[in-house]
Amino acid sequence: MTTTKMETTTDRIEKQRVLRAAPARVWRALSDRREFGSWFGVELRDDFVPGATVLGTMTYQGKQLAFTFLIERMEPERALSFRWHPFAIDQAVDYASEPTTLVELVLAPAPEGTLLTVTESGFDQIPVVRRAKAFEMNSHGWAEQMNNIARHVEG
Amino acid sequence: MSRADLAAQARTGAPIFAALGDETRLRLVTKLASGEPWSIVRLTEGEVMSRQAITKHLSVLADAGLVRGVRRGRERLWALEPSPLEAARRYLELVSERWDGALARLAAIVEVDDE
Repeated sequence: MTTTKMETTTDRIEKQRVLRAAPARVWRALSDRREFGSWFGVELRDDFVPGATVLGTMTYQGKQLAFTFLIERMEPERALSFRWHPFAIDQAVDYASEPTTLVELVLAPAPEGTLLTVTESGFDQIPVVRRAKAFEMNSHGWAEQMNNIARHVEG
Repeated sequence: MSRADLAAQARTGAPIFAALGDETRLRLVTKLASGEPWSIVRLTEGEVMSRQAITKHLSVLADAGLVRGVRRGRERLWALEPSPLEAARRYLELVSERWDGALARLAAIVEVDDE
């Protein structure tokens, strides 16, 4: 592996969103396990602490699925990062031996409030078969969920 | 692309063309191109061959990486294998949608305090 390796477009996702709230408020929504759980859609059992392994459950198509978050960096009002197995929704598979993706949430003050940048990287290490399967298993579920969210925020 | 890459591509490509060089198998791939997985019963409909013969053809396609058997409940279905690049692209789209949804919910939570 070389350090000059360019990241391809299939390896990472980057999202930016300006939130009309102060960085301190956004930080609370990222670092408090209950608040994090409510927008991320997961019920977390343990508090976020750097280096912690946080267990959580997600409800997917009526089933309770176990998830593990490995907390890496926590810099108040600046950055939160964790690793996880994206879409580890096939309970018949032991994901522990598979590579994780790295999620980084970076906050910066903005005139309107806070600029939040989300990057998730490391997808190229996820086996292709698993990626295809995740799509297959999620396509309907997520389309449905997007409608729910739209109704929730617009209603 | 290096010579070694080309050689590797030719090696993986050749069985694909060999597998498709048969009318029955080409027809099976066309049926599966609708996107959804099909059962062996459904794939055999309209064919003059037995289910066993169709299964053999599906095995040839599976060996070439063109189709795969998927289990849905107690049933075994056959699905077209999406190309690795296509799978990667669609996967990222899916993850991207998930983030859009999560960020919309985050905004709804933190912005409500200011209003």
